[in-house]
Amino acid sequence: MHKVRMLAAGEQGLVIEFGDAIDPAVNARVHRLAHAISLRPIEGILEWVPTYRSLLVLFDPLLVARGDLAAGIGRLLEGDEGGRESLPTGRIVELPVCYGGEFGPDLDFVARQNGISPEEAIAIHSSVLYLVYMLGFTPGFPYLGGMSSRLATPRLSSPRGKVPAGAVGIAGDQTGVYPVESPGGWRLIGRTPLRLFDPDREDSFLVAAGDFVRFLPIDEEEFWGYQQMEEIRTFERKGG
Amino acid sequence: MILVVSPGFLTTVQDEGRRGYRAFGMPWAGAMDRYAFAAANFLAGNPRGAAALEMTISGGSFRFEEPAYVALCGADMGAVLEGEPAGNWVAFPVASGATLSFGSAAQGCRAYLAVLGGFDVPVVLGSRSTYTRAGIGGFRGRVLAGGDTLRVGPAPAAGQLPPRRFLPRPFVPPCGGEARLRVLAGPQEEMFASDGIATFYSSPYTVTDRNDRMGYRLEGPTVRHEAGPDIITDAIVPGAVQVPGNGMPIVMMADCQTSGGYATIGTVIGPDLRLLAQARRGDTVRFVRCPEEAAITALREEHAAYAAIAGSLPGACRGR
Repeated sequence: MHKVRMLAAGEQGLVIEFGDAIDPAVNARVHRLAHAISLRPIEGILEWVPTYRSLLVLFDPLLVARGDLAAGIGRLLEGDEGGRESLPTGRIVELPVCYGGEFGPDLDFVARQNGISPEEAIAIHSSVLYLVYMLGFTPGFPYLGGMSSRLATPRLSSPRGKVPAGAVGIAGDQTGVYPVESPGGWRLIGRTPLRLFDPDREDSFLVAAGDFVRFLPIDEEEFWGYQQMEEIRTFERKGG
Repeated sequence: MILVVSPGFLTTVQDEGRRGYRAFGMPWAGAMDRYAFAAANFLAGNPRGAAALEMTISGGSFRFEEPAYVALCGADMGAVLEGEPAGNWVAFPVASGATLSFGSAAQGCRAYLAVLGGFDVPVVLGSRSTYTRAGIGGFRGRVLAGGDTLRVGPAPAAGQLPPRRFLPRPFVPPCGGEARLRVLAGPQEEMFASDGIATFYSSPYTVTDRNDRMGYRLEGPTVRHEAGPDIITDAIVPGAVQVPGNGMPIVMMADCQTSGGYATIGTVIGPDLRLLAQARRGDTVRFVRCPEEAAITALREEHAAYAAIAGSLPGACRGR
């Protein structure tokens, strides 16, 4: 097993690095530590950020010295390596997706590139339970693991200026969903009507690191149905 | 109510930032120069973290539809109140109907306008800071535009505060000149060649025109990697100095994304980030390697300064 390394990220950041690979087992250790910290908080810790292979712990150095924090985290890790800390099973979040057409302008290209039909591409993309390794890039953007290499497609050579919120894309052998409208170079194969990020919602982020995501193919009519439901929910929340 | 007659180059509402959501990909945002921001709030009679306006390069023009007590700190943008120069690092009352106007900063980059009571915009995920990329916080999630109206939060009557008060001299930071940015090594210093590290800490770097609230791209001698610039996407924080393949450092700032794929040679310490926030195109900075104890001392000094400022200004709320 890779030796755990503790690295400095400024005076208020401690990186606990578990490995140097995108690997579900490494990532599980990251999430186990995050979970252990949430169960047994250490004085001075402000927040923590899980990534593929490390956990960034942000702390107030005037409340806890780096050495004491590292020792405390070391004790949590010992508990974990002893197998006492079990990771809660991640939730499975189902995201309805309308593939192709105006929602997925690059679906045909992705299929052609891989010598399959668009229908096969949809079937392959929606057959996998994807692990959410981490969130980053933009608020609520999930880095998903587990996409079939049969869908791998290079990024656009020139990124689009505007990718709509909900767009589902492929870049190399990665897939993901854009939570907010932003520029982007991923190949767009579909769009979900659900809002991955909604600051007005009690649970602002639909997906968390450690969860699993499954894409459910829907048709255009269903897409607009979901969309309408989201709007009604927003309307009701705002007391309209 | 305060009417934005003209917004200036880039003016947003900011507070101390949106903490607690980096795990969900949400940047902190918040004031770029946290010291000038805090000083403005103390002068205005607010607690340290009240929402204020951050103006960039050139300031706006504001008409007050009600009496207010305001403070100006940071880059001097030549503020004028009803035709009279208003000064800087200063607080004063503004009468209803009066207009406060700013010009361009001769030196420095960002100025803060605080008002007693703070700017009353909705709290989004625990903060009033604007994060434009996601369109949230501040005034409707965006930079201010002409015709916007800003509300002021509830506050004790400004009548108890003096007609004009300055930040005590020792607390006014120098402005302009070459900034020395203290850096804690890591987390990926080992990915750099030893001559690359030596270059980084011994050379002047110039601020390019590609600088904003997300990050500052710098230009200067090439910082050489040992093992290539790419890492598995990892967490980053404001202050992180990423070096992509071209060897030119990029310093992450308040709006920086929560993750990145370039090796980070070191991290500018929190108390020094304000120096870069006040730098602009063409200014030069130098990186100075700093041991952890020195970084903690700098942080303690910053907090001691806040306490001293709050203590020296009657009316300032010491809530936080």
